[in-house]
Amino acid sequence: MSCHTPVLDLAPDTEELPPPAAGAPPGTKPMRTVALIGPPNSGKSTLFNRLTGLRQKVANYPGVTVEHHSGRMKAIGRGDLTLIDLPGIYSLATYSEDARVAVEVLTGKMRGVPKPDCVLLVLDATHLNRQLMLAAPVFSIGLPTLVLLNMSDELTARGGEIDTLALAKELGHPVALISASENTGLDVIPEFLLRAGSRPEDGLRPVQLPVLQSAASCRSWATQVTARTKYQTPAASTWTRRLDSVLLHRWLGPLIFLAVVVAVFQVVFLAGQPLSDWLTSILTKGGASVASLLPNNWLRLMLLDGVWNGVQAVLVFLPQILLLFLFIGILEDSGYLARAALIADRVMRAIGLNGKAFIPLLSAYACAVPAIMATRTIENKRERFATIMVAPFMTCSARLPIYTLIIAAFIPNRLFLGGLLGMRAMVMLSLYALGFLAALVTARLLNSSVMKATPAPFILELPQYRWPTVQGLTLRLYDRGKLFVKKAGTIILACTFAVWVLSVLPIHAGQASALTTSLIGHLGHFIEPVIRPLGFNWKIGIGLLSSIVAREVIVGTLGTLYGVDPATHSLGLQAALRGDMTLGGAIALVVFFAFAMQCTSTLAVVRRETNSWKYPAAQFAYMTVVAYVAALVTNQVITRLF
Amino acid sequence: MELTALSDAKVGSAGVVETVDLPENVSHYLAHLGFLPGTAVEVLRRAPAGDPRVYRIDGVEVGLRNETAKHIFLRLNAVGAA
Repeated sequence: MSCHTPVLDLAPDTEELPPPAAGAPPGTKPMRTVALIGPPNSGKSTLFNRLTGLRQKVANYPGVTVEHHSGRMKAIGRGDLTLIDLPGIYSLATYSEDARVAVEVLTGKMRGVPKPDCVLLVLDATHLNRQLMLAAPVFSIGLPTLVLLNMSDELTARGGEIDTLALAKELGHPVALISASENTGLDVIPEFLLRAGSRPEDGLRPVQLPVLQSAASCRSWATQVTARTKYQTPAASTWTRRLDSVLLHRWLGPLIFLAVVVAVFQVVFLAGQPLSDWLTSILTKGGASVASLLPNNWLRLMLLDGVWNGVQAVLVFLPQILLLFLFIGILEDSGYLARAALIADRVMRAIGLNGKAFIPLLSAYACAVPAIMATRTIENKRERFATIMVAPFMTCSARLPIYTLIIAAFIPNRLFLGGLLGMRAMVMLSLYALGFLAALVTARLLNSSVMKATPAPFILELPQYRWPTVQGLTLRLYDRGKLFVKKAGTIILACTFAVWVLSVLPIHAGQASALTTSLIGHLGHFIEPVIRPLGFNWKIGIGLLSSIVAREVIVGTLGTLYGVDPATHSLGLQAALRGDMTLGGAIALVVFFAFAMQCTSTLAVVRRETNSWKYPAAQFAYMTVVAYVAALVTNQVITRLF
Repeated sequence: MELTALSDAKVGSAGVVETVDLPENVSHYLAHLGFLPGTAVEVLRRAPAGDPRVYRIDGVEVGLRNETAKHIFLRLNAVGAA
């Protein structure tokens, strides 16, 4: 569920391209590939989604896109053209991994990606002076380029003005004012593609580009251009100023930050739990009524016990997952995330982490996989690796099912402060804090030993606040929900089915084994001595083993095992766990999950990003040992106290 | 007029960048955010902990730690002119 597909490469097998729709005159090379380039947070991915009909992740902070993504431009009827979305860059000089990707693709040096035939240069129209600095080096690559001044809605709303015709003359390339988010002005793109495809030399040539392409000369060139074309800088957004004076206020700021975090968990419990209970009853009834239609034989047993129990146990957490992502979406799209990074920088610095590490770490609250990829924006290799090493400690959404299951089963639903603060939400918050603490301590350890890095500066652009759109949020939730259901129907189904098969084998004289004498029972009892001090029984042990694949699998496995066990067959999973675990063991279990590296996708992406098995292996060993020790201490302490 | 380190400029004051005295990779990045000689800069606010602070340069707001800002020097505008 929780993980992005690491690579969305619908990419270019140019061999199979249909002939261009626009009849290119004979002799000219047909156009195939279009590149989207621009500074960070100028809205390239929003435009990419508009033009291809695909759904790349977009958000309101710089550095969302760290890889190149390709898609056919189907949404504007040019399925013959491949559009490549690139990470944002300030110049063609590259200091970080994501910028290197952008420049290599643009110059045709990236293996497996064809050299682009033309370029869509996306600039934020609200601060053109600075954005134009990228235009000079991009023009000098010599490809047909369309300059798109994005966020025209914002520009006019704040009283800015621009003469696109004069600018086009000045730049020697066509210029258009668009708003990718409002879907206005985009008609120029198919027009440009038609002309660029048929008439490679379209008369317009750069009038004058800076000779030395240093930052300073690009800058003075950009200033001259904007001055000559009477660019009217828009007034500073008063809303952003006003909001920031509250949200970054000396003591209101951190207080609001804390309140936001608490509110998220509170809502996940108060609204999520009833929805989840409702879903449970529907799915249980649905499963039972479908099962009653089937003949009472091994098939019904296999479908109900082997497949449905496990998958259903995970599926019921869909409401909580969606609520969590709704909040993450609002925080990311509004621009608050960058402010949170600013507030947290003091803490990050104290532990020796780059301020830039904060945004990847925050996004690890959704899933560690994209977070680890987002570390590509960190220039310093050691700091980048240190951030990769600590990211899986951040509480990803895959931990949510086991957390909510255990908390709902063992923690009373008490409210404090007139219902503002719930005990369950507080326990959940402590688990998140625990993960964060582990990340901090680990970073500190790494920083003072193997990964000692020269301090890199904290430089953070604060984007304007924007209203998250209903459409944007709905699409995010839809994608997330789909991913979660898909994971439940594939990996989780496969794992829990395997557990079920092992729980009925071996077959004696046509009879399935009893649970304790089955293969899985033997395996469970074999490992039980190792986990008994943690307060875990053998079923939990099997859950831990199976969830090395993915964290949610433990809930599926427990659903299957307690469903097969005649003693707990008719109970819900919560009730079954309450009867079979002590409070100490239950809390130890969530503490174990706070620390343990139970995720093969994360291990794979760490292997890919560090290009070595050494890092994922060390990470797995370290996190498992920390998890074991922490769970042991938790169980022993709680058992003695209560 | 004297040059002032950006980190020493008071919140609310404004000036023009004169020099950026930082390693090449850092100054390169800063340059593309607008921190180049001749650009007007304004000290907007400080983060709740006092550091980093937020500067407005060229229509964008940028957060910088004081340890970085102290290597950027500016010529302050006369009081009231900001």
